[in-house]
Amino acid sequence: MSSQTVTGQKVGKVEKDSFFLDIMKRILKNKLAVVGLVIIAIQVLLALFAPIITTYAPDTQNLGARELPIGSEGHWLGTDNHGRDMWSRIVYGARISILVGLGSVALGLVGGVVLGLLSGYYRRLDGIIMRLMDLLFAFPGILLAMLIIAILGTSLVNVVIAISIWSIPNCARIVRGSVLSAKKEEYILAQRSLGSNDRRIMFKHILPNITAPIIVFSTMRMATAILSTSALSYLGLGAQPPTPEWGAMIAAGQDYMWTAPHMTIVPGIAIMLVVFAFNVVGDGLRDALDPNMDLNN
Amino acid sequence: MINLIVSRIVQMFFLLIGISFIVFMSMHFAPGDPAKIIGGPTATESDISSIRANLGLDRPVLVQYKDYLVGLFQGDLGYSYQSNQSVNEAIATRFPNTLNLAVASIIVAIVIGVFAGIISALKQNSWMDVFTTTGALAGISIPNFWLGTILILIFAVNLNWLPAGGLSAPFWTVQGMKELALPAITLGTGSAALIARMTRSSMLEVIRSDYVRTARAKGVKEKVVVFVHCMRNAMIPVITVIGMNFGFLLGGTIIVEQVFAINGVGRLMIDAIADRDFPMVQGSVLLVASLFVIVNLVVDIIYAFIDPRISYD
Repeated sequence: MSSQTVTGQKVGKVEKDSFFLDIMKRILKNKLAVVGLVIIAIQVLLALFAPIITTYAPDTQNLGARELPIGSEGHWLGTDNHGRDMWSRIVYGARISILVGLGSVALGLVGGVVLGLLSGYYRRLDGIIMRLMDLLFAFPGILLAMLIIAILGTSLVNVVIAISIWSIPNCARIVRGSVLSAKKEEYILAQRSLGSNDRRIMFKHILPNITAPIIVFSTMRMATAILSTSALSYLGLGAQPPTPEWGAMIAAGQDYMWTAPHMTIVPGIAIMLVVFAFNVVGDGLRDALDPNMDLNN
Repeated sequence: MINLIVSRIVQMFFLLIGISFIVFMSMHFAPGDPAKIIGGPTATESDISSIRANLGLDRPVLVQYKDYLVGLFQGDLGYSYQSNQSVNEAIATRFPNTLNLAVASIIVAIVIGVFAGIISALKQNSWMDVFTTTGALAGISIPNFWLGTILILIFAVNLNWLPAGGLSAPFWTVQGMKELALPAITLGTGSAALIARMTRSSMLEVIRSDYVRTARAKGVKEKVVVFVHCMRNAMIPVITVIGMNFGFLLGGTIIVEQVFAINGVGRLMIDAIADRDFPMVQGSVLLVASLFVIVNLVVDIIYAFIDPRISYD
């Protein structure tokens, strides 16, 4: 009996490894996705090692060195209107962008996965939950986020909450759809006949089998979350000065477009690169997780 | 078909009531006492209670919502806490600008998106295809508020070809079109990218189908094959994307209006959020959300018309 279990575990591990290897192989064949992965890796490294990489703190002002252009000595990305080092602000901005993205996607996932599981699994709850989701869907995303910020007040934490609530209906719909098809599978029927309770079936058996669409959704959602955070901060509803948030930096740079255009251009390129990276990796993951895709093609 | 339309309109009606409930309750539970906002910093406790009584804010919240709903059915959105201006009036003067911007942007998005998508599909794997698909991905990733700023920098500040902001002339005049050009491109780029991607994949699917091969085998001219045989079927999913994007563009106007200093509903909303002017926030959010729902309904109905295989039963 015990040898069977050990063998079973081995088989499980080998299958799991080969699954991830297979996915990695498929992603590495997609050149754009590889570019995206590299950009994300750079962003993560910048975020992790921000104090080591930068010489100045992001809010250290040097009024004698204001609006220095790109390539200036000691400030290779120039300085802003307060003489703050642009490179430091971009690097610390990378940290904010990834934290806000991860936070809002994770919170949205918790809400969306639970509601999607309940909705897909229990027919009685399906109607109520989905009508509620329809109601949230009735708002253009940015409008819903603004409405939530109007209630909670303007801050970066409230932006995370707002974007996570905006993610919930999308995630719930995806999870519900996957649950509806997964719960008809034989292995779920087998678990039921073995007497497993609903919670165990949902979280131990259905959830691990519907991770593919959730992973793709989360990656794509990172792009939306980062873009929306910067948009809300640009509008003055998210990060407040002197926080080095990329959207807020663009808003601050607008008044100096004539004398110091790099204050606007640099953070914009940073946002675009990161959003592009998450979009292409999301696309790549979607293709890689699609079993119909031919590896040799 | 009539059953479908009627049932969707009934659903939409309840959805709109649900939206009004969410918006009203959100504003009710938002921090900041409206009576204190109206009274200002010098108002005494008795002033504040009399303002509260005058506005009916001392009544139970559901009674207040009922009155708000009755007002909505009569087309009354209330009065601003800040300026005492009618919300209807404020929205009516600004809405044409928002609508002009949204319509101009969707036109830009359709023209660029469909054209790029078709070229990309017809020249699959060529440099044009690579350029278009990468461009589309970049288009989705560009923050529109940044793109707007850069366009102002290039076309208004450096080249001095187009105005940097504001919408003052009617859109059918040359000046009006000039004023709309940069905001419309800014707002339409993201949607153009999505439409291009959908057009490309949809065209590729249709181009490989048997009936197109048959048409070619019969010697039909390539132009006719592409524009008559392929386009007709390929455009069905594209129309849905266009419809959905029109709704999202309404949301996007909020940001672009801010970039180009356009006096639209979006700018009104942002100012109202900053001032905690709840009736104004309620009115503008309700308007944009309702339009979003109505546009989605129209798209659903059009979709059912053009593709008889679709059933919503």
